[in-house]
Amino acid sequence: MRILVCVKRVPIPGARIPVTADGMAVDDALLGHTMSPHEECAVEGAVQLVEAHGGESVVLTLGSADADEQLRYAVSMGVDKGVLVETDGGDWDPQRTATALVAAIRTLEDEGGPFDLVLFGNESADAGGFQVGIRVATALGRPIVQGIKDVEFGGEVADGSVRVQRPTGSASERYELPLPACLGVREGLNLPRYPTMRGRLQARRAEVASTAAHDVGPGGQSLLALQSPPEQVSTTEIVGAGPEGVDRVIEVLTELKVLS
Amino acid sequence: MILVLCEATTTEEGDEVLAVPSRQALTLARDLPGASAGVAAVVVDDGEVDVDEVAEDAGRYGAELVYSLEHDLFARYGPETWGAALVAAISEAGATVVVAAGTDRGGEVLAHAAARLDLPLVANVTEVRSDGEAWDLERVRWGGSLLESARLESDCKLVSMLPHAVDAVALDEPEEPELVEFEVELDESLARSCVVDEVVTSTGMSLATAPVVVGGGRGVGSAEGFAQLEQLARLLGGAVGCSRVATNNGWRPHRDQVGQTGTAIAPTVYIACGISGAIQHWSGARSAKHVLAINTDPEANMVQKANWAVIGDLHQFVPALVEAIRAR
Repeated sequence: MRILVCVKRVPIPGARIPVTADGMAVDDALLGHTMSPHEECAVEGAVQLVEAHGGESVVLTLGSADADEQLRYAVSMGVDKGVLVETDGGDWDPQRTATALVAAIRTLEDEGGPFDLVLFGNESADAGGFQVGIRVATALGRPIVQGIKDVEFGGEVADGSVRVQRPTGSASERYELPLPACLGVREGLNLPRYPTMRGRLQARRAEVASTAAHDVGPGGQSLLALQSPPEQVSTTEIVGAGPEGVDRVIEVLTELKVLS
Repeated sequence: MILVLCEATTTEEGDEVLAVPSRQALTLARDLPGASAGVAAVVVDDGEVDVDEVAEDAGRYGAELVYSLEHDLFARYGPETWGAALVAAISEAGATVVVAAGTDRGGEVLAHAAARLDLPLVANVTEVRSDGEAWDLERVRWGGSLLESARLESDCKLVSMLPHAVDAVALDEPEEPELVEFEVELDESLARSCVVDEVVTSTGMSLATAPVVVGGGRGVGSAEGFAQLEQLARLLGGAVGCSRVATNNGWRPHRDQVGQTGTAIAPTVYIACGISGAIQHWSGARSAKHVLAINTDPEANMVQKANWAVIGDLHQFVPALVEAIRAR
């Protein structure tokens, strides 16, 4: 079986998210980068599926040439191939992103055969539009369900469908999607592996394909400015760590009516 | 006409009403540009919901018209069937604005409608301004840790509202809305993504609604270390949460994770033990009304954000606190 995972390079913020002077981007000059956490689970899921059923997994990203780092990380986790769909690295709206992804997926399928599954993160960690996967699936005419946290990647795949679950508070909805299908997965689907040293070495040498993004231009949503939320002004009362601190905490909890 | 996709829920008394985020979405919709042309609620009739009762509640929050969408396939939820049905309702109503609460279902269904119509959709909006054709909106990125001003240009404007961005306010003198039963035509093949069945997974206290959350992070150090936190949570009638470090180390199941990619909590007090308070975690904890941090590092972000902070070792302080509460 063939599985595609779509990932996005995002900065790793510390306690605050720095914004550039013009307010149009996150100032990531001093930040490390990763793929969105949901997507790391999607990558792990794809690797596990191919380990269990054979076939091939491919990771794709739309972004600047720097996103090569995230593709190689996915390869170091066990994905077979990386594909960079290169842009200027600017902030692309969801419609523009989805259109470019659809074009890239069609090209990959023309060359290497159809993907049984296309996996997305439920939402990107940074922009959080909650829609790119749905737009791509709709354009490809394939079913998609968001919020997937349990995938029965078991023997069912062979019969042309995949069984998935998504938690809804105290219950879990079960779906059975005919293949080919798309999924928006959430962190918690699995515990992504740490790449082995061998995996890292392989990833360094791996061939990552690069192609220019099919660009239809901006859609109807555009970024005007980014801004940090106002600091919540709270003065912190330092409570002692000894018995007097315990007494003070009990007093506080009583005031809050958490203790009676 | 403004359409508001609404979700129904059942109260403890057994009344069928709109879910709180749907009431909030209606409240927001009343003040949007274009509201003078009317606000209509859209509910999907799954065969079990009491449409009359729900419509009455929608009227209290400003709906003049309620579309009840009817089709055999609605007995089970399906993102594609509901999305296609919303598209049909948009066309039927001649809507120029469509709003949904940014809940799991609301956001998903609206995104399916946007995809089918190839229209822009702005997600997790908190505020709308307009001085003409285009809208300027405020929305959140990074789970609320970064604010974005965005422009939306489209003949039909689709927005999902960040839950709790506005309070639900009922009208002083609501009128009973007109109820329109709308038989939707659907491509039966969309049944492919309908729910097959539902399994109950938990009957315990929900982290999202717990009045007290005791959270543990890197400082807890092990799965066993959480036993102390569980004791404290039990004594306070609360739930145990954790940071991403704790789930990534396999100390806690992912359903306990508080954060941008986990659960958002809103307790009276959040007791954060050995948690540094990185963006990822704070995104899910920011709605806590009070924070008590227990941390060895006085510079930790969580300590800066806390109302009260114990600068010390949680492995000594938490058992002492548990013992003192028991001794009362």
